[in-house]
Amino acid sequence: MNTSASPAAMATPSVASPVESPEAFAEYLAAQEKKSLLRFLTCGSVDDGKSTLIGRLLYDTKLVFEDHLLALEKDSRKHGTTGEEIDLALLLDGLEAEREQGITIDVAYRFFTTERRKFIVADTPGHEQYTRNMATGASTSDVAVLLVDARHGIVTQTRRHSFIVSLLGIRHVIVAVNKIDLVGYDEKIFTQIRQAYQAFAGGFGFKTLTAIPISARYGDNVTARSERMPWYKGPTLLEHLETVDVEEDRASRPFRMAVQWVNRPNLDFRGYSGTIASGRVAPGDTLVVAKSGKASKVKRIVTYDGDLDQAAAGDAVTVTLEDEIDISRGDLLAAANDRPEVADQFAAHLIWMHDEPLFPGRSYLLKCGAKTVTASVTDLKHKIDVNTFEHLAAKELRLNEVTFCNLSLSEPIAFDSYDSNRETGAFILIDRFTNATVGAGMISYGLRRATNVHWQAIDVSKESHAALKAQKPAVLWFTGLSGSGKSTIANIVEKKLHAMGRHTFILDGDNVRHGLNRDLGFTEADRVENIRRVGEVAKLFVDAGLIVLVSFISPFRAERRMARDLVGPGEFIEVYVDTPIEDCEARDVKGLYAKARAGKLKNFTGIDSPYEAPESPEIRLDTTAGTAEEMADRLIESLRERGMIA
Amino acid sequence: MSIDRTTHLRRLEAESIRIIREVAAEFRNPVMLYSIGKDSSVMLHLAMKAFYPSKPPFPLMHIDTTWKFRDMILFRDETARRLGLDLIVHSNMDGIAQGVTPFSHGSSYYTHVMKTEALKAALTKYGFDAAFGGARRDEEKSRAKERVFSFRTATHTWDPKNQRPELWQLYNGRVAKGESIRAFPLSNWTELDIWQYIMAENIPIVPLYYAAERPTVERDGQILMLDDERFPVAAGETVETRLIRFRTLGCYPLTSAFESEATTLPEIVREMLIARTSERSGRLIDHDDAASMEKKKREGYF
Ligand SMILES: Nc1nc2c(ncn2[C@@H]2O[C@H](COP(=O)(O)OP(=O)(O)OP(=O)(O)O)[C@@H](O)[C@H]2O)c(=O)[nH]1
Ligand SMILES: [Mg+2]
Repeated sequence: MNTSASPAAMATPSVASPVESPEAFAEYLAAQEKKSLLRFLTCGSVDDGKSTLIGRLLYDTKLVFEDHLLALEKDSRKHGTTGEEIDLALLLDGLEAEREQGITIDVAYRFFTTERRKFIVADTPGHEQYTRNMATGASTSDVAVLLVDARHGIVTQTRRHSFIVSLLGIRHVIVAVNKIDLVGYDEKIFTQIRQAYQAFAGGFGFKTLTAIPISARYGDNVTARSERMPWYKGPTLLEHLETVDVEEDRASRPFRMAVQWVNRPNLDFRGYSGTIASGRVAPGDTLVVAKSGKASKVKRIVTYDGDLDQAAAGDAVTVTLEDEIDISRGDLLAAANDRPEVADQFAAHLIWMHDEPLFPGRSYLLKCGAKTVTASVTDLKHKIDVNTFEHLAAKELRLNEVTFCNLSLSEPIAFDSYDSNRETGAFILIDRFTNATVGAGMISYGLRRATNVHWQAIDVSKESHAALKAQKPAVLWFTGLSGSGKSTIANIVEKKLHAMGRHTFILDGDNVRHGLNRDLGFTEADRVENIRRVGEVAKLFVDAGLIVLVSFISPFRAERRMARDLVGPGEFIEVYVDTPIEDCEARDVKGLYAKARAGKLKNFTGIDSPYEAPESPEIRLDTTAGTAEEMADRLIESLRERGMIA
Repeated sequence: MSIDRTTHLRRLEAESIRIIREVAAEFRNPVMLYSIGKDSSVMLHLAMKAFYPSKPPFPLMHIDTTWKFRDMILFRDETARRLGLDLIVHSNMDGIAQGVTPFSHGSSYYTHVMKTEALKAALTKYGFDAAFGGARRDEEKSRAKERVFSFRTATHTWDPKNQRPELWQLYNGRVAKGESIRAFPLSNWTELDIWQYIMAENIPIVPLYYAAERPTVERDGQILMLDDERFPVAAGETVETRLIRFRTLGCYPLTSAFESEATTLPEIVREMLIARTSERSGRLIDHDDAASMEKKKREGYF
């Protein structure tokens, strides 16, 4: 293996070597600094040669250090998939598990420089299971190199990746028809694949679409023109990457900057630190806080290197304003004459990235810019079949599925459509319990209340309702297994409260399922909706000034959390009726456990559907320690301690 | 020399500042791991920029194995003083008491006890929920796979097969009690970027990066510097004064030097341009076994 050329030699094949004279060196540095940066990813189906291709690019541009080459030879003997030859994919597949299995699991980021450009490349996995890692790599890329195995042509994963690439706003695609060596460098096969791809990708809004026949393994048309394909007249892959124009000119768009951090070293200085997402700013410009509409003029643009007289998209700065207005982390500063949308509902595309499905109504954390709020999907308009791009009806969204949906947030936020601004139009969803990143979204448009539902201002307030009844309204939320004693205890508690002159009402799971929730079954999605509706009803009763006793199995933490968030602080009392499943099953008042055990009842909590016990309920009733009457007394006592009743 | 704001280094700088601010804003109790090397020097410089005119709202922490070059310790204390920052120094006292040294116990066990275990104990002791590290993706193949916000369990382990997706620059900083995030603001910098930035911004670095006459021995084809009397010179080895410098700085018996005449930053950068081996080839601990960095990282090493 010939490795005599140094890594830097390729970076600077210009006339004078930068190491020769100080002048050449200074020139070299200046040239380095002016080079544009291109971020791209490789994607496509399993084994189509993505990692090999990047390995080939690094190898042919002489950017692999000698010790890494030695390690590569050793690794190839041990893990290689290429017989006697070195396996270039091993330059990228850096995790133990990847080398053992011969596949890519997570995205690898590599950097290289040529005479014309600097590159950051994300080598992403082809396996469907790891689609979220492919999306991770795509989200920061401007160009996608989509590999297609010449022997197999376009497969489902090619379509899925193309779709995700387009959803994430990548406008430049290179279709690298790879392993052309295995089909005899056949022009016909290349042309067929190119045409088939153009036909199906027509609707994806790509600005440039370039097909190149390559062999990643042997280097044909990667950095050097192949002599084995005289019929191909286009650029090599590297030539194209060096020249493709992806300029978006973010600086000419309206000004946007999310406040990341309020900078307050002392009483005399209050600055707002953030990175400019788009546009320009200069002292004297009028900015608004998008959400409140409050305006002020820019006083200074402060940096460690001195004040600036202008800053633009991409700059990390600290601005100070002429007036003291209320601004905190997460606020979006915007050009006063060209503002973003502000709404608490919007429509968006959403990619689901977690094993546990998304259910409408379940609440998640949503992070957009520097702002985090709670949010739930209110309506899955449709999901999109990644193979046919058909719109399908959906009740839930599974791993790697894509939907177009409506989301509703706990408070309004400022945003732009993803099409017009990739930074202010993107969001992620985070699971509230595991903290996993479960979804990635691209906002289409806000759902303005004016065009949807108006809030009717009501003069007799929640407080007045409660005052007339001389009580503190609350939700007593009884959760526990079927047969744990929720309804029995709730019933006794209500009688006691009633006797004390309290205005109460019981919502019982079985009863509500006969009416309001008659249309719902026992699948996970239906259980989520069941609780959402009951939570909303309980909230209305609290507004009416009542003490509401809700007695529902409510097996999932997320939904109980959602019900809790619907009412004010201190108004939600979670009562965990803690009865061991053996006891519930032994009692089996309704004969349901027997049926479930016999397999005649599906999705039964505790048997074949999980019960997530509360982690910190306001009150836990250990029913093995006393009678239902005693449990009720204990609860009443606890309400007294909390000042809920006198 | 000042850098034009539209250039490559300025782009890298802005990206790092954004990451550093995000950590400061999202976490209750962050810390910056300061290892005294060139990357740490750049990271610290970026932190000074990120919060200006405020000071960085977190302390620095150095895990001191007690086998650092003396120049490094001098430089560390001087830097904290000059910038007016809090510096926590933590060493594994049990390891010291048991006499664990790179010579007596082998580099791999030594590193585990004096670095990995020490780091984990310190993070737990102070209850840090985020720790900045100066690692770069171009350093090593498993680092190339790591997120900017890299999740660690309550026992400080990393699960590379199950990383959180990380889209755009929307970093997920949510952790439960005891869990933490390692944050890598220099993820997208290369070694050459680091040197060019140090040169452009005139960032102070440990003198060992510059060539000077130093006492050395040659062992297994590597040049090792004798920093103090604890270095056991083997029979048959001769101590020689050589004109050497370092490309990377770790524990002195585990970091090899190379012969060089570069005594200025431009000379260092010019030397970088013709380097044929990676910087990690000077780190003896990385060669222990093929997947050694990933393994160490899974166990909690930076
Ligand atoms: N003959 C031939 N084989 C190739 C070519 N490109 C890649 N291969 C082989 O195809 C196999 C898979 O290559 P990889 O680069 O690992 O594929 P990948 O697309 O990165 O796979 P995943 O990341 O796991 O989806 C390896 O054995 C390669 O050597 C090519 O152009 N010609
Ligand atoms: Mg791969």
